Amino acid sequence: MLEFRDEELLASVIADMIGDVRHVAVGNASPIPATAALLARERGKGRPYVSLLQSRKHNFFTDGGRELFDCAGQGRIDVFFLSGGQIDGEGNINLVSVGDRAKPRMRFPGSFGSAYLYFVVPKVILFRTEHSRRTLVPRVDFVSAPGTSPPNVYRTGGPMALVTSLCVFAFDAARKRFRLQSVHPSHTVDEVVGNTGFDFDMVKDVPITPLPSADSLHLMRGVVANELAEVYPQFASRIFGVPSPAKRRQSGSP
Amino acid sequence: MPVVARRLEDALTAVTDGCVLAVPRENSGVAMAATRALIRRGIKKLHLIALPTSSLQADLLIGAGCVATIETSAVGLGEFGLAPRFTAAVTAGALTVKDATCPALHAAFQAAEKGMPFIPLRGLIGSDILKYRDDWRVIDNPFGDNDPIVLLPAIKPEVALFHAPMADRAGNVWIGRQRELATMAHASAKTIATVEKLHDGNLLDDPVLAAGTLPGFYIEAVAVAPRGAWPLPLPDHYPADGAHLTEYATLAATTDGFATYLDKFVHDRHAA
Repeated sequence: MLEFRDEELLASVIADMIGDVRHVAVGNASPIPATAALLARERGKGRPYVSLLQSRKHNFFTDGGRELFDCAGQGRIDVFFLSGGQIDGEGNINLVSVGDRAKPRMRFPGSFGSAYLYFVVPKVILFRTEHSRRTLVPRVDFVSAPGTSPPNVYRTGGPMALVTSLCVFAFDAARKRFRLQSVHPSHTVDEVVGNTGFDFDMVKDVPITPLPSADSLHLMRGVVANELAEVYPQFASRIFGVPSPAKRRQSGSP
Repeated sequence: MPVVARRLEDALTAVTDGCVLAVPRENSGVAMAATRALIRRGIKKLHLIALPTSSLQADLLIGAGCVATIETSAVGLGEFGLAPRFTAAVTAGALTVKDATCPALHAAFQAAEKGMPFIPLRGLIGSDILKYRDDWRVIDNPFGDNDPIVLLPAIKPEVALFHAPMADRAGNVWIGRQRELATMAHASAKTIATVEKLHDGNLLDDPVLAAGTLPGFYIEAVAVAPRGAWPLPLPDHYPADGAHLTEYATLAATTDGFATYLDKFVHDRHAA
């Protein structure tokens, strides 16, 4: 059996979800989704186009911060990644605060572009490594972006799946619910149930998450790792052993 | 005519107490030297508008007691964690936050640069962002049928403040591909730019440079501030100072530590 790291498994799962599309954009502080997007590009021989917003080299926008959103509004961005301080069983995400909004117990940075991109990007993949009742809650305290909308609200996009350190949930917008799609190797359904604060659908025999292929591992550890090192030097060094450059790269936000 | 100020402080006179001040995201060129000068002056009650997010700049101003209201899509230190003074002020209920989403801020500035009173935007419906924004409206698309859409009022800041690679003596400012700086300047009544250096000659004479140049008629004042974005990055010129930002995140975690930071890096001009 092939040996692989958890991060490689998650990136491989996400790359499979990306599928055959034109343009994948990855926001800040998202090294695993960035690995997945670059892996998908290598497997697709240059398709999809991958924009890493935190990168200098992999950011092709020339018309300011608005251009990503304008592209997304036109349907030019096929896949994006979002996360949440809290995510609930209806796919609502919270990037703002926990507790009473006027004087919250916790404050996160803010919603960034989520309240728009969640509506207009066809495949939004939710990614949250911490799988706990603290993060996966029955109902979010603040809706940065809703998982579903009434039929008359313009919506060409939304959540497709939620990937955590334990499992993959698929999202069913019609039922407004997640379904446990697979559990990662060395984890169990009971562990998923015990650590999830919301109810979800489940079949009797939940499959194990597909393992990364030898070809995917080869690509990730080679060409993808080298590309990643420009924007995520510490991640590329820790996971793939790419030597750290002396100089830290620029960072930013969408 | 724009003024090329001899001292940084002289360029900042348009930023007064209570001013509606627009500032850019971290990787567009943040006027950090100017921000420290405003804190030294003791500026108060700013209405800060981030296009569309902020990091150290907002956190410093909030911690130093300079901000009454912030309108933003996020305030955080990225890989250095949460913005500690922003977080402390919000959890204490001591700061008014008008939460937005990035494209709403971009769009509302674009409305202002076109001289329009408002602009529609998709998304947002069903979010608590919209629920708590009593200045935003939902209408039925007049060209559609049962198609609700959000309207955002134009954002017209009194002053835009940013840092750029260079300016010339006519007050033209070269912003390169950081186009949101142009949007900010177009939307704002006055624009103040700090720059790394002065360019000899006129930026508009060179067609390659002219495409990335903000013409001087938008500009109120320019001041030269070498490494004026430090410790934040200036794209294509210098990266963020990671060691310094790590130190900031550690110190700013407490009010005493934040006071130490201000003493060491803001009030002591030799350090800043």
